Amino acid sequence: MNQRFSWFNATSLALGFAFLYIPILSLVIYSFNSSKLVTVWAGFSTKWYGALLNNEAFLDAAFMTLKIAFVSSTLATILGTMAAFVLVKGIAFPGRTLFSAMIYAPIVMPEVITGLSLLLLFIAIGADRGMTTIILAHATFSMCFVSVVVSSRLVSMDNSLEEAALDLGCTPLDAFRSVILPLIAPAVISGWLLAFTLSLDDLVIASFVSGPSSTTLPMKIFSQVRLGVSPEINALSTIMIAIVTVGVVVASLVSKRSVINQRKQEQLAAKSTIE
Amino acid sequence: MPTTDSDEMNIANSHTFAPWDEASAVPLISFKNVVKKFGDFTAIDNVSLDIYEKEFYSLLGPSGCGKTTLMRMLAGFEKPTAGQILFDGQDISPLPPNKRPFNMMFQSYALFPHLSVVENIAFGLKRSNMPKAEINQRVDEMLTMVQLQQLAARKPAQLSGGQRQRVALARSLAKRPKLLLLDEPLGALDKKLRQETQFELMDIQEKLGTTFIIVTHDQEEAMTVSSRVAVMNHGRIQQVATPAEIYEFPNSRYVADFIGDINILEGHCQTGADNQLQIHWAEGITPINATTNTAMRDDSECYFAIRPEKISISTSPPADAENVIQGKVLDIAYLGNLSTYHVEVAPGCVIKAQAANQKRLSRRDISWEQTVWLSWTSTAGVVLTQ
Ligand SMILES: Nc1ncnc2c1ncn2[C@@H]1O[C@H](COP(=O)(O)OP(=O)(O)OP(=O)(O)O)[C@@H](O)[C@H]1O
Ligand SMILES: [Mg+2]
Repeated sequence: MNQRFSWFNATSLALGFAFLYIPILSLVIYSFNSSKLVTVWAGFSTKWYGALLNNEAFLDAAFMTLKIAFVSSTLATILGTMAAFVLVKGIAFPGRTLFSAMIYAPIVMPEVITGLSLLLLFIAIGADRGMTTIILAHATFSMCFVSVVVSSRLVSMDNSLEEAALDLGCTPLDAFRSVILPLIAPAVISGWLLAFTLSLDDLVIASFVSGPSSTTLPMKIFSQVRLGVSPEINALSTIMIAIVTVGVVVASLVSKRSVINQRKQEQLAAKSTIE
Repeated sequence: MPTTDSDEMNIANSHTFAPWDEASAVPLISFKNVVKKFGDFTAIDNVSLDIYEKEFYSLLGPSGCGKTTLMRMLAGFEKPTAGQILFDGQDISPLPPNKRPFNMMFQSYALFPHLSVVENIAFGLKRSNMPKAEINQRVDEMLTMVQLQQLAARKPAQLSGGQRQRVALARSLAKRPKLLLLDEPLGALDKKLRQETQFELMDIQEKLGTTFIIVTHDQEEAMTVSSRVAVMNHGRIQQVATPAEIYEFPNSRYVADFIGDINILEGHCQTGADNQLQIHWAEGITPINATTNTAMRDDSECYFAIRPEKISISTSPPADAENVIQGKVLDIAYLGNLSTYHVEVAPGCVIKAQAANQKRLSRRDISWEQTVWLSWTSTAGVVLTQ
């Protein structure tokens, strides 16, 4: 590969990054604006961050969103992994192919329809709308994403690994726990992260199934923005960006550490053969 | 090819260990008319066989003939479509794989990629209620056996093919199962290590009385280690016998051709007294004198099969041989200790003869295009009907 510097590459890189990050950057910059007007720069200030800490409504919404994301992504991960396992590794049953295809449906379904149908269901069964219904709704639509991620890993896994575990005396449950789960763990974790961010993000479905007492952060921001963009919202968004960035960096560091550990093991092993 | 002394060894063995000849012996494993179908395809076609305790039972056959399927049914991963598999006289079909006292070494090794060599070997032991100290001791023993002490901490991805194979072997042996199923256990090993491991296996068998069922593509391996060999073809068992019997008395052209090198001549027989037989196989060539134990009808079609090393080759007509054919040397394949001579005895009919190279290359007296005489005794070959 050509490793040399070229103006074409540099320009496309710069353009691409500009396209991605200028909107975010302007949001971050204006969160430190001392003026109340979002479009006029009037000097550096952190007062909007302070104001945010006193804004109970925002804090409540943020806390609610995190709780919902945590519970719903965990639920989605458990259900999605189970579904993937049965669809990929379970014994063949009539209509398995149909089921495998059907699990992808919510991915392509417009969110408005998913939201509406969930709303109708909750009304039909007389469920009180609130945090629980949002959690259920989020788990429902993010479960299929988890299942897709996990089943792609399961498909590439050699069947004889599970058989070997059974052969060596594992019960099917033990084989799952001690052989299959460790092998699909990276896929399960990324499925969980995916479900978590999907839940954090979601505005449409939550709007359908939420009740009066349960407003998530995206809902709160959206309703505030309709009244006018306030620098407080910029500050809040900047905090969210910071949280997500830290999360991504930590996740990549963790996975890099495991690679480094493996290298180290390799070197150790190589050394001991030479000795 | 099997050397003659290993044949003798096996014949000697079969005198001391031959439970299949004893009417009172109870087989450890018994297949009763087992059929296995995958959809329309019949992978195992009505197989019945008995395997006795402490046997070293080899399955031989071309790729796709059903060897792995047979093993997988024993291990419990496939259910027979029809028929029964008995273990110690009990039908084992209700037992799940983890309840069967067998271990299997998989053709694909199936090592756990997230576990180190040591953890792989200890995996089965940890699932029995063996004390920890004993587990460690057993794992060390296994590591020493397969010569992997130095690589104990590695993950399977950091091993070569042969090393992985040895880990798989050690893992399947660790629990000391009553029955060990080995699906091509030594294929990826070099010759020296393979022979050492073969001896280890035989040693383990001697010490622990383990019964082995082993799939191999290596005939020499099957000949050296087996108590009996089963030759399979298209899901059927063609012949089950000791290595020496399989080699010397194949029951069909298929088996004769599959094991070792052999000349097969097609002809019609003319029966005589005392199991004597004359086989007319080509116009204008003296018929072959042979003997057989099976009753043959006069003038029925038959095949005469004879191994190249049973045929002597000479540059002058031999005196008083039972069968002599004159021919011309077409080709000589030099194999080091032996040479195989391709001799054309009739237009388009080539017989292979093998002779030991007692003299150095420069002083051998048979060369291309030379007229030679092939000779063999009347008991040197076998007469086959199928
Ligand atoms: N799960 C399956 N579904 C359909 N066909 C199968 C299945 N497993 C095996 N077969 C077929 O059954 C036949 C026997 O397969 P098997 O694996 O037992 O062969 P083998 O004798 O072990 O061959 P090799 O020496 O190549 O390992 C093959 O033709 C194979 O295609
Ligand atoms: Mg096979």
